[in-house]
Amino acid sequence: MSARFTAPARLLHWVMAVLILAMLFIGVGMVSTVSTRYPMLLAIHRPLGICILVLALVRLAWRLGQPAPPLPADLPAVQRAVARLSHYLLYALMIALPLVGWGMLSAQDYPIVLAPGLHLPPILPADPMLYANLRAAHEVLAYLFFAAILGHAAAALMHGLVRRDGVFSSMTPWPTGSRPLQAPTRHDERSGFSR
Amino acid sequence: MVVAATGFAFAGGWLTPGRLSPEQVADALERTNGHHPGFRRNHAKGVCISGTFASSAAGSELSRASVFAQSRVPVLGRLALASGRPDVPDTASPVWSMALRFLPADGDEWRTGMNSIPVFTVRNAREFAGLVIAGRPHPATGKPDPAVMQAFLKAHPATAKALATIKSAPKAASLETATYNSLNAFRFVDRDGGKKAVRWSMVPEQAASASPKETGSDPNYLFDDLIQAVHRQELRWHLVVTLAEPGDVTADPTVAWPADRRRIDLGTLTIDRVEGEDSGSCRDVNFDPLVLPSGIEPSDDPIPAARSAVYAESVRRRDGEPKQPSAVRTPPVRPGEGE
Repeated sequence: MSARFTAPARLLHWVMAVLILAMLFIGVGMVSTVSTRYPMLLAIHRPLGICILVLALVRLAWRLGQPAPPLPADLPAVQRAVARLSHYLLYALMIALPLVGWGMLSAQDYPIVLAPGLHLPPILPADPMLYANLRAAHEVLAYLFFAAILGHAAAALMHGLVRRDGVFSSMTPWPTGSRPLQAPTRHDERSGFSR
Repeated sequence: MVVAATGFAFAGGWLTPGRLSPEQVADALERTNGHHPGFRRNHAKGVCISGTFASSAAGSELSRASVFAQSRVPVLGRLALASGRPDVPDTASPVWSMALRFLPADGDEWRTGMNSIPVFTVRNAREFAGLVIAGRPHPATGKPDPAVMQAFLKAHPATAKALATIKSAPKAASLETATYNSLNAFRFVDRDGGKKAVRWSMVPEQAASASPKETGSDPNYLFDDLIQAVHRQELRWHLVVTLAEPGDVTADPTVAWPADRRRIDLGTLTIDRVEGEDSGSCRDVNFDPLVLPSGIEPSDDPIPAARSAVYAESVRRRDGEPKQPSAVRTPPVRPGEGE
């Protein structure tokens, strides 16, 4: 049955969950206000986006080196396929959204300031129509990301509350009671959370 | 899950329709001025300018921004009418704007948009949208309804007072002899972290002509005059910063600071080139007043934040639209250059 994700994988997952949710709320909030919160949200949005891009690349590298624990053997093939595709989508969005944001600022010939004195170079030529398309893509991908996260969380709760198959607890920060009763596996020891 | 989705909807403003969004302000401008694809939603008619800024030593004492430390900085910009109609005759817009990008070598860019009036007309974005809507042409007459405007001014005495101040201020005869003011307050931050509230102006070196320009029947007389002036000689303005005293309001751009406030000349802007927007480099630039270098910060003035948000929406709209030719055409080659 399922083992747990390694401690670094779980740490990256939960840190990024907080950052990405904050990012999506900041993004949707800042484009809908003309208040003095707008520049404050913008000043957080850009460096946070780059932070998420860097963490996503680290996480992708870690994930390629440390395969995820296997899904329960009795999980239907359709759910297995959906789980696989949804994780490809989540990883793709983690990397694509910051890159599209960076690219759209480049296409608008806009300085990309992460902090006072810390600038990023443009990654695309200045081009108004390219900017308009990337700006639209940034918005659509952000809504898609929020929807994917809601679906991901719903699936996690289904595993944790309904199936109780150990998939949910494989990513919890610490071992939880929703794991089926069974002897600890070698994977637990590798993760540093052996009981 | 429901909480997350509801929170997201709340953050996006879908549950609070009373909250003013950048879209609503841009919509108000479009409904008043008409929809003109490819053009700015405000300050739609203009030309591109370029030149250099030569800093005086005074600026680096007040702000650590590199633009004040470097001796010469390239500048790109735009002179425009403060109207949302790109085809308006020059006589129809009493307010003109100068927008600039200072491009220091270290990439710490500064963008500013200034206007040829002494104070701004409103205190915040909601009042701006209200003023735009009050100026909407009446379907029967094609002109703003005076009763609607009077009602707005009665409800907004700060705007009525600002308009009286603007009306009584001396009016320049040409774009090249006008003074352009930041209107909004910002903060200069020096090397030790000390902060001073400031407003800035571009004060022309060109003397105002004694008599008003002959407008004739040329709908572009201001811009055509500017193009001729630049072809005759370089145009110069002085970047003059005004320092607030304790107690001067920074959060309300309708209120002028007392005339005796200290003013310091930070350097000279030299404009040696004018280009039509069709070929020029300024058409697609967002002159976002919050593109500030390290050493200049926003103050508690709410207007720059609102301008920044609405300009972003304006850029998003016009960049996705097909481009139309500008009403102002400039000769392709300056006299004495090549052919």
